[in-house]
Amino acid sequence: MENVGLEMFLAVSAVLFVCGVVCMATKRNAIGVLMGVELVLNGANLNLVAFSRYGSLGLDGQVMSLFVIVLAAAEAAAALAIVLAFYNNHMTVDVDQATDLQG
Amino acid sequence: MSTVLFVIYALAASGGALAVVLSQNVVRMAFWLVISLSSVAGLFFLLGADFVGATQLLIYVGGTVVLLIFGVMLTSSGPYGTIKSQPAEVVQAGIIGMAFLALVASTVLSVNWEANEVRLAHANDHAEHGHVHEVSEPESEQGYNPEESGNTTRSLGTALLGVRFDKDLSLESEDGSNHGHTHGNHEVSAGYLLPFEIVSVHLLVVLVGAAYLARAKRRVDVENA
Repeated sequence: MENVGLEMFLAVSAVLFVCGVVCMATKRNAIGVLMGVELVLNGANLNLVAFSRYGSLGLDGQVMSLFVIVLAAAEAAAALAIVLAFYNNHMTVDVDQATDLQG
Repeated sequence: MSTVLFVIYALAASGGALAVVLSQNVVRMAFWLVISLSSVAGLFFLLGADFVGATQLLIYVGGTVVLLIFGVMLTSSGPYGTIKSQPAEVVQAGIIGMAFLALVASTVLSVNWEANEVRLAHANDHAEHGHVHEVSEPESEQGYNPEESGNTTRSLGTALLGVRFDKDLSLESEDGSNHGHTHGNHEVSAGYLLPFEIVSVHLLVVLVGAAYLARAKRRVDVENA
């Protein structure tokens, strides 16, 4: 682990973050958008744990990443319930069809 | 050995994320998401965060992705139904994504993190102790919290209960006294008891709300159905 520095982990988490953002922006399936959110949160988690290992953050980064994991699970449950309610009303999960609130 | 493991896990995490973006089928996206999240858990194990890695495997891979797959099964309109994007949109998103990745990666890699850590440690030390205090290495917490070798479960548990043995015990052991409470000038480090309680109430509220939102209530629409 000595020749793998902090920058390598930051590069991996940057890749995860950008993939998640692109996935959120381009997918038309609502479940795909949720998967993009999961990727973004994982990139942030990897950043937190990497700084907890290499920086002076200590154990606080790992506690923060635990909170992020728990909140991501809660967010997935709530968003999936919303998607199911939308599917019950519109018979599709295409986010481009969710235009009921446009004036 | 660990370098080889890092390369494998990093490639699997990045490749899985790329495949999530590139694949059009939702079930394949879920599969690649499992690959990517498991590789990130492997990276957590490499970083010495054993409890966080196990939590990632249990909650993310075992819980959240299964929840997403249930969502796919409950909402798919056909066995191979995909909602396609336009090719022009894919090209645009690819170009913008590459530019964004170049921006983020170049910004992150251009920062000298070690020098910033040293400066941050000095600033914290001057802010906390006005008098001149011997700055030992801030990473030299011996004994109780060997972060490099994992074994973080007990420290994490006590931190979530509001007791920071990983910080307070190492402070007292630096002074060389076994019972530092007689001085009274050590501040006890802050724990995470209140955020823990807030998160647990938040989970309860979210589960009740999700069960309310997703209850079996199908609106009968005559003109659509």
